[in-house]
Amino acid sequence: MRRIVIPTAILLTVITASPVLADPLAQEGGSEVSQTPIFLAFILALSIFLGFELISKVPATLHTPLMSGSNAISGISLIGALIAAGHGGDVLVIVLGTLAVATATINVVGGYLVTDRMLEMFKKKEE
Amino acid sequence: MSLQLSINLAYIVSSVLFIFGLKMLSSPATARRGNMLSALGMAIAVIFTLLDQNIITYQWIIVGMVIGTVVGVAAARLIAMTAMPEMVALLNGSGGLASMLVGWAEYQRNIDPSAFTAGVITLTVLIGGVTFTGSVMAWAKLSGKMDGKPILFQGQQIVNALLLLAILVCGILFTLNPATSFLILMILIGLSLILGVMSVIPIGGADMPVVISLLNSYSGLAACAAGFVIENNLLIVAGALVGASGIILTNIMCKAMNRSLGNVLFSGFGSATGGGTAVEGEAKPISAEDAYLVLEAANSVVFVPGYGLAVAQAQHAVRELGELLEHNGAEVSYAIHPVAGRMPGHMNVLLAEANVPYDQLVEMDDINPIMETVDVCIVVGANDVVNPAAREDEASPLYGMPIINVDLARTVIVLKRSMRAGFAGVENPLFFKDNTRMLFGDAKASVQGLVREFKEG
Repeated sequence: MRRIVIPTAILLTVITASPVLADPLAQEGGSEVSQTPIFLAFILALSIFLGFELISKVPATLHTPLMSGSNAISGISLIGALIAAGHGGDVLVIVLGTLAVATATINVVGGYLVTDRMLEMFKKKEE
Repeated sequence: MSLQLSINLAYIVSSVLFIFGLKMLSSPATARRGNMLSALGMAIAVIFTLLDQNIITYQWIIVGMVIGTVVGVAAARLIAMTAMPEMVALLNGSGGLASMLVGWAEYQRNIDPSAFTAGVITLTVLIGGVTFTGSVMAWAKLSGKMDGKPILFQGQQIVNALLLLAILVCGILFTLNPATSFLILMILIGLSLILGVMSVIPIGGADMPVVISLLNSYSGLAACAAGFVIENNLLIVAGALVGASGIILTNIMCKAMNRSLGNVLFSGFGSATGGGTAVEGEAKPISAEDAYLVLEAANSVVFVPGYGLAVAQAQHAVRELGELLEHNGAEVSYAIHPVAGRMPGHMNVLLAEANVPYDQLVEMDDINPIMETVDVCIVVGANDVVNPAAREDEASPLYGMPIINVDLARTVIVLKRSMRAGFAGVENPLFFKDNTRMLFGDAKASVQGLVREFKEG
């Protein structure tokens, strides 16, 4: 448990302290030499480490639900899609954004539901 | 600012929920709640993003979400458990496509991004595009829309190398001067889509567990790259978690086949037939009645399922036979090889669907040491994963692959349609061993035949 809590805590601290959160200028790409890439890369490194810790504990019997469930998580690009589809300007961006919202939603909704359907079937032996 | 702050705080909550959701997948008892936590994290992220002031109109968002939800719900409800590999392949593909589109849309919003952003846009459309078409190809192979055999042609490696080179050149050109490079981005997208097709066609059907795991990883990495494009922590965290998951699974699958990832991706394994020492001897068929007598006397029975179980949809019949054997006093378990089936954990899901309790499922490394004490092993639609040539015959292409040592059990009953070789095209000496009996026919029909014998006997 400790091996997961500690990296999670570090990760969250970095996210909270990252310039994306602290410095609104960096968020708009306003500053000339942005520190953002470095912070983002740091977050990436921590997340990969944490991912390996978490996933290596998943038993073989749950590997299919793990795939479909983690797949649903990768539908997180929905967030970027929402902003593109709703920004209200260029037509091409709206078209691309709407397509992205649709495909990412398929990924999220389909992924979580089908994982739930599978996990519901895993039962212990009734005594 | 305070709105932006609360959105960012919501993203942190989401990351925590994703992390704990995955943590709870470490046991079947908590897995379902874990998945719900993860879904809750996603819902929070989406709801708070909708509050973002950059979002002005909602009509297209609603259109996209309605379409996505309808398709997603229908697919998740209707898909058969045996077709789960196809479903996961398509989900991977839609995730990759979404990330690719996000990267492209971001370029259209600001066609003069920094070199860093242009670089990560390149990566996003590349990984996203490869994931999309690669997954569609994997789906076509898995669902039989396309022949499962590897597609190989003269000069394939050269074509692929040129493709990679062209992608690299386009990527550099785009990164150096994104403002005037719309056309280059389009070429890049086209090449990425072609690369996805080219990288999956030389891979055979039974190697799909590796391909799906790898594409799973790519879909995470694509989301991760998109996170760099829109400078969003949550995308990076979530994408990296998925990327790590896919890589771990890929590694497990490769180890279970004793092959390197490079060998799986490039060798066209399974296109050649033969290999290994020819097997002498004659297979001994057995009738359902005789098989019943053997099983009736057995104290311990181990089922070893393979892809044939999924093809024949025999999981329910197998569970029924298993229960009858238990009533008869035998100890019943199900031994599952890591690459049995067409995706990691495929067999476990099918048996769970048929109500086999998960504590009866055993992994390869746990069953092999006690195999000598097993009275009867029933092989249902598995072939290469129980081929003793992997242990005994150094000339065999399978040599060195860890297998379930069914041949060491006192009696082996192999359910099989015919004497055809397995996916790898390798002869299976198991069929000719003294303690092996062949029960020919469709796996489901054979198992139902045994069930009938038990009920009458």
